[in-house]
Amino acid sequence: MRVSSGAVSSALVALGGVLAIIGVIALLLFAGGYDVARALDALWTGSVGSWYSLTSATLVRAVPLMLTGCAIAVAFRAGVWNIGAEGQLLAGGAGATAIALTMPTAGIPALVLALAAGAAAGAAWAGIAAVLRERFGVLEVISTIMLNFVALYAVSFLVRGPLQEPTHAYPQSASIADAVHLARIPGAGRLHAGIIVAIVIVLAAGWVMRHTASGFRLMAVGENPAAAASAGMIDVRRVTSLAFMTSGALAGLAGAIEVLGVTFALYEDLSPGYGYTAIAVALLAGLDPWRVVLTSLLFAALEAGAGAMQRDAGVPSTLVAVIEALLILGVVAAQAIRVRRVSVMTDGDAPQEGLA
Amino acid sequence: MSDAPAALTLENISKRFGPVAALTDVSFRVEAGHVHALLGENGAGKTTLMHVAFGMVAPDRGSIRVNGAVVAIDAPSDAIAAGIGMVHQHFTLVPAMTVAENLALGGRGLLHHEAMTKVVRDVADATGFALDPSAAVETLSVGAQQRVEIAKALARQARILVLDEPTAVLAPPEAEELMRWTRRFADAGNAVVLITHKLNEALAVADHVTVLRQGRVVNTGAAADTSARELTIAMIGEEPGATRAGASVSHHVNAGRDSNARSTAAVVLAARGVTVRDRRGRARLIGASLEVRAGEIVGVAGVEGAGQWELLRALAGRIPTDAGVIEHVAQVGFVPEDRHRDAALLDRSLTDNVALRAAGQRRGRMPWRALRARTRSLMHDFDVRAPSSDAVMRTLSGGNQQKLVVARELSTDALHEAASASGVSAPRAIVVENPTRGLDVRATAAVHARLRAARDGGAGVLLYSSDLDEVLTLADRVVVLHAGTLREVPARRDLVGRAMLGTT
Repeated sequence: MRVSSGAVSSALVALGGVLAIIGVIALLLFAGGYDVARALDALWTGSVGSWYSLTSATLVRAVPLMLTGCAIAVAFRAGVWNIGAEGQLLAGGAGATAIALTMPTAGIPALVLALAAGAAAGAAWAGIAAVLRERFGVLEVISTIMLNFVALYAVSFLVRGPLQEPTHAYPQSASIADAVHLARIPGAGRLHAGIIVAIVIVLAAGWVMRHTASGFRLMAVGENPAAAASAGMIDVRRVTSLAFMTSGALAGLAGAIEVLGVTFALYEDLSPGYGYTAIAVALLAGLDPWRVVLTSLLFAALEAGAGAMQRDAGVPSTLVAVIEALLILGVVAAQAIRVRRVSVMTDGDAPQEGLA
Repeated sequence: MSDAPAALTLENISKRFGPVAALTDVSFRVEAGHVHALLGENGAGKTTLMHVAFGMVAPDRGSIRVNGAVVAIDAPSDAIAAGIGMVHQHFTLVPAMTVAENLALGGRGLLHHEAMTKVVRDVADATGFALDPSAAVETLSVGAQQRVEIAKALARQARILVLDEPTAVLAPPEAEELMRWTRRFADAGNAVVLITHKLNEALAVADHVTVLRQGRVVNTGAAADTSARELTIAMIGEEPGATRAGASVSHHVNAGRDSNARSTAAVVLAARGVTVRDRRGRARLIGASLEVRAGEIVGVAGVEGAGQWELLRALAGRIPTDAGVIEHVAQVGFVPEDRHRDAALLDRSLTDNVALRAAGQRRGRMPWRALRARTRSLMHDFDVRAPSSDAVMRTLSGGNQQKLVVARELSTDALHEAASASGVSAPRAIVVENPTRGLDVRATAAVHARLRAARDGGAGVLLYSSDLDEVLTLADRVVVLHAGTLREVPARRDLVGRAMLGTT
């Protein structure tokens, strides 16, 4: 009884949340003087209202958001403020492209190797910030943001230099051979096998966080590094470095899947900011990888729908960016209120907190 | 009481924090020339009441009078202007700045080095404190820092001084000196509010005593007309039994224990010539040797910074040593003084907090079912009051948090849940540091009982407390640290006190 009523109530909360989002969008559209009905119709059909948009627009976008969202969740859980999923994704895309182009006929082994190379490149990119943090005390918030730009310009260099397509006419790599593509899922438009990889990995990550000693250490270090070291005798630096690299690997894998399943070549604008949206995806999921599956779908649908609104109703897609920002503010405010309530209760009871 | 208006009068003060009534209709007055002790358990509202007087907490109801006139105190600056000074339990000094600079903080206008120095000299003359204006605060001992805090209040012409648990951080001789100074300061026509939970201290120095319990005044009157026993009952609302309040009035040395049996028991924890240096390479603990045997509590005494921080952590295996050897059976339990920072995951469940023990050595899957069962049995054995093992640590009172931490650290090897699901067994070593800091009388008694039970069950306990009474009450024998050097001293208050200051 308790379980089912809990499930029903959280389903109702989720439904209410979605309705509230649509309400806010409608309000913003109205305030902006747009044709509300037409815009909402475009939002609907462009995201989940048709089979084509559901698979080829929403689910295709959900794959990189799911993996980068999980990357952020893993890092933030450990108290590592990795804002660099975007750069790690680009590094992963570049690494996967390099491998895929050198082995055009090897098929599945090359595909697996390319995916692994993407993850390794992402981990290595994150590793730079991890070393800076553990060795020199450089704040990872700063270093990872900076490394995002470095990654962007590095890709820019690669597609004009070592990895440029043979005619040297366009800033992109050569096309990756069909044999090394992630297979399309039959009857689902542009949707590719990467979604299966992503879901399996994110579910596995959630399981590791919940049920293994490594996951517990990750959480403990993120909650309170001093207690993790003293009471748990945990090697805090090792755990944070590992979390950082794992986070980078997940984001790198997202980049590899994007290249091998969607673009089939390395471009400068490989990512429309997945690594940044991922932060919102992870926060909305409460840093729980399992819930990242759902929140990544929500954000993917919003962004797919935003594209359709722009095309079909002339609504700037930045409006959806406003919605995403409001979502995050809502989540952060809700968390802050909860924390405040708890601490007010504790203050009255536990004077060492500074009141009685 | 006299007809002249009191120096400070708080009338009908009420304050709620959310659902918690911190203060209910509290009236309190302290007269010029008097020391008024404000007693109560932790959480009784003592500090909150004085934060109201000092403008740090806005009361929901009630008024404040200074020398008979109603004043509006909305911020500490208003309180300072009204002549109220407060010395907080946690000092509010800037460590990197000099004494003179700390005293100048909060002033206005330009800084004149000469004037700043003169202020320090004037306060030093008036108080008899030895204050070096150019000394950086971080280089001073805790006692000296406290004198700077007091000087800061007096430099702003405070005539009403609030001291919040001032002796908690001091060695007994320093504490006695501070109490003598407090008396003289009051005798010179000033008013002092002394917040404390030490009954004998209050009775020794105060003219008036007020006891708060759960935010209400439950007892107030002349110190001469009351007794430690009466005040204890007022504080906790019932007969105390074998609590620290009773014990600290007439602390007893553990008698009747067979010292021969003890000296042949197995050594469970030992330091042999252990030296620990700080980051600057200074030796904080010098060649310390110590044995803790099964079935004894070894008490460690020392003033702040005498090397106990290093000794305890080296013995518990939490920091590396620079020389010497640590020997121990199995894993050593450790209860650090700052449980919020070093021992607990406040926003996680009690089960998570129990699982934290030895998490660094754990491999593979977390045995959550066994850990939950283990948590429940520890909660039962140690009387941890919480709705369930899934309750969030932060929602527990400080006493219950500490009971869970002690339970976790006393329990047997955490990696063998199945074998030890019933909680405590087998000889173990545990290092505890200020285990009852911030706890009320009842929780203190409970923690003491658990430590004694662990000792009687064959555990070796190493206990440090900055409260010498606690060391003398619990310990079978006492070692004293002075400037990093360790030696054993007979468990007598006067001998230990002198050894702490290195004056024997």
